Amino acid sequence: MELAAELAGAPGTVRVRGAGTKLRWAPDSGDASELSTAGLDRVVEHNAGDLTAVLEAGVPLARAQEVFASAGQMLALDPPAAGGATIGGIVATNDSGPLRARYGGARDLVVGMRVALADGTVAKSGGKVIKNVAGYDLAKLFTGSFGTLGAILEVSVRLHPLPSATATAVGHTRSAHLLAGGAAALTHARVEQLGLDVRWAAGAGMVLARFGGSTAREQAEAAAGLLRDAGLEAELAVEDGSLWDAQREAQRSPAGLVAKVSALQTDVEELAGVAERFGATLVGRAGLGLLWLRLDEGDFAGLLAELRPRFVTAVLDRPSSLPFAAAESRHPGAGLLAARVKERFDPDGKLV
Amino acid sequence: MDGRQVALVEELQAAVGDEHVVTHEHQLRTYESDGLLQYAVTPSAVVLPGSAEEVQAVVRACHRAGVPWVARGAGSGLSGGATPVADGIVISLSRMRRIIEVDLPNQRVVVEPGVTNIAVSQAVAPDHFYPPDPSSQIVCTIGGNVAENSGGAHCFKYGFTTNYVTGLELVLPDGELVQLGGKELDHPGPDLLGAFVGSEGTLGVATRIWLRIVPKPEAVRTLVAFFGSPIQAGEVVSSIVAGGIVPGAIEMMDNLSIQAAEGYTGAGYPTDAGAALVVELDGAEAECEARFEEVVGICERAGADSIRVAADEAERELIWRARKAAFAAMGRIAPNYYVQDSVIPRTRLAEVLGRIEELGREFSLKVANVFHAGDGNLHPLVCYDGSVPGEAERAEELAGLIVKACVDAGGSITGEHGVGVDKKRYMPQMFGDDDLGTFQRLRCAFDPDQRANPGKVMPTPRLCGEVPGPYRRHPLEQAGLAERL
Repeated sequence: MELAAELAGAPGTVRVRGAGTKLRWAPDSGDASELSTAGLDRVVEHNAGDLTAVLEAGVPLARAQEVFASAGQMLALDPPAAGGATIGGIVATNDSGPLRARYGGARDLVVGMRVALADGTVAKSGGKVIKNVAGYDLAKLFTGSFGTLGAILEVSVRLHPLPSATATAVGHTRSAHLLAGGAAALTHARVEQLGLDVRWAAGAGMVLARFGGSTAREQAEAAAGLLRDAGLEAELAVEDGSLWDAQREAQRSPAGLVAKVSALQTDVEELAGVAERFGATLVGRAGLGLLWLRLDEGDFAGLLAELRPRFVTAVLDRPSSLPFAAAESRHPGAGLLAARVKERFDPDGKLV
Repeated sequence: MDGRQVALVEELQAAVGDEHVVTHEHQLRTYESDGLLQYAVTPSAVVLPGSAEEVQAVVRACHRAGVPWVARGAGSGLSGGATPVADGIVISLSRMRRIIEVDLPNQRVVVEPGVTNIAVSQAVAPDHFYPPDPSSQIVCTIGGNVAENSGGAHCFKYGFTTNYVTGLELVLPDGELVQLGGKELDHPGPDLLGAFVGSEGTLGVATRIWLRIVPKPEAVRTLVAFFGSPIQAGEVVSSIVAGGIVPGAIEMMDNLSIQAAEGYTGAGYPTDAGAALVVELDGAEAECEARFEEVVGICERAGADSIRVAADEAERELIWRARKAAFAAMGRIAPNYYVQDSVIPRTRLAEVLGRIEELGREFSLKVANVFHAGDGNLHPLVCYDGSVPGEAERAEELAGLIVKACVDAGGSITGEHGVGVDKKRYMPQMFGDDDLGTFQRLRCAFDPDQRANPGKVMPTPRLCGEVPGPYRRHPLEQAGLAERL
């Protein structure tokens, strides 16, 4: 592999780069040289009958989705992907979107991986089948590692059928309490959503519940009923694509701050309150407790100071005025163990 | 026992109490094998700690004494993963069976490792359930499920253990207690939690486990359809999946398994059928009904000999009873069997089944096939008579060739049973030297002395080199992805 040789031969520190859409999520790379995956742009396999695919790291997600869609399939990973975000970058940063509520995140969809380590070793783990417990699951270790353990060269993924039709139940409320209650009613109901999101901005909240399949509309109507029972005003959206695009868009801020909070369902009300006080927009997966706060301008430091003591908080998009600060691990032992793993995979600390 | 071992046993007794350390030879026999009885090793002692602190004390004592250890749940595994190490200690987690917390509002359950799989679903009934459901779910433990990344009949739709574990408290092989994750998803840093699940007890021992649970489906519809051959039934599976239907479970049995199971359960399966296909759909009532009609149509068009739709819960249980009894019923066909757990891409089913049939003829041994058809996970059961000299060896050789056929078709040596001792010799079929060397880096980060379940997973022993040089602040820490406190 060319890229592995390039990595091994690089004289100083190295940063792996895909399309470069999330460079603001990482600390400045200093004098590190850049290793681009742009040359790794092949959709190596699309096994429609097996609902699997093999993608090189530099393949833009949008291009892979076009290939899969032609067979009525999708990779159920839908992070904001403007600017040609690559599959390698999305996996390395563990980015995700509304579909995560139903299908899981990158860690749940990647079934095999090929990586290049700092010394040029090329190694694979997992395979091309969706069920496989042979060997350690190194693909998970590399998911969310920001390229600091090795460069992702290729991923094998599980695909899903594209839903034949979709419909979304939309609940409106101006009460953060009712917002949380509406979301909880749906996460605990015996319904099967494609997505369950909340949104809070400027005093107004929305619960979005999306359904798929031939009875999508019926299912969405039933969900709208549950939202009304929970005290929200509810309506049905059949042309629902733009609603969900807006959710994904709010996970990025062109010049401001996006903080991703790993919380719980029961924190939704409190986080909507925080968003309200700072003038931020809150979106996220209510059932998973994963919520994004977007603040285009305002008191960035104040918002983070409010979030960090209470919640596991990661800064994604970072305004230039804000210095990089690490996401704090709540359990010191975990950080220590991560450092031990780093020592074994990249003993010279080449990958930054 | 030598002097060093006697001293260790005394230390273990002090840590957990005399009554929780087993050293009598006849009692040790209970622990010499897991569910795969052909591997048996007597440990020097078995210790049954009652808390994370006691596990920590036990592991620390082993660490100081330089003695290897094997953590054990219910011992129901099928790969020899819990086979003891000679002169080593077995740490049985069977006393740690508390459900610590049921948090329904956040859909989380916190358990100790010795809690059984079924107990989790029972604790959150009737509105929720815990989806991974290995056939042994009545006895197998969550700690064992975490070690093996257990699946089950419903994992094609719902996923595996790894998709449901959100946090782990671990005792590392040097005795340190570490927490990875918790109730929340996506803790910062590389996904060590994901790397630990399925590591077969070689990275440490879980002492507390945080699990995600989900609402029970509104409706469940189950049918069993009978076909002339597994290949014909396999085409039905492909048509169902190609139609965008994701069944909760989709299971197949061939004629030999049907005969065995029917004789054992009397579930009403026709014993002359070439294949039985159990399809279960679950989900929202309306969608489930609509899709179920589609499945019935697909079976009819494919020329099913007969289709039986479960009219009620009792009939559903009867349909499942035959499938779940398939392993146990094999005794009716042959005195012994050797089970494999290979996976193939589903589209290669016809080809691989043909090859298995050919191999069976060549070796003059019966091979029954039971499998999770949705995800291509085969369980070929190679039947033999252990009292016939040489037959066990031939069965093992045949089983090895079946594994090879599956790997050659682009599959895996194991889908859910784990590598353990039983399949480690097949690892080089899937992984090259650099791949295995990279696995070893992870092992060495967690367990540089390799005292946790040594001799499993990796085909040949490998050493852990020292990490070179004095400690430096690593870029990972500088990047804030990790910290050293």
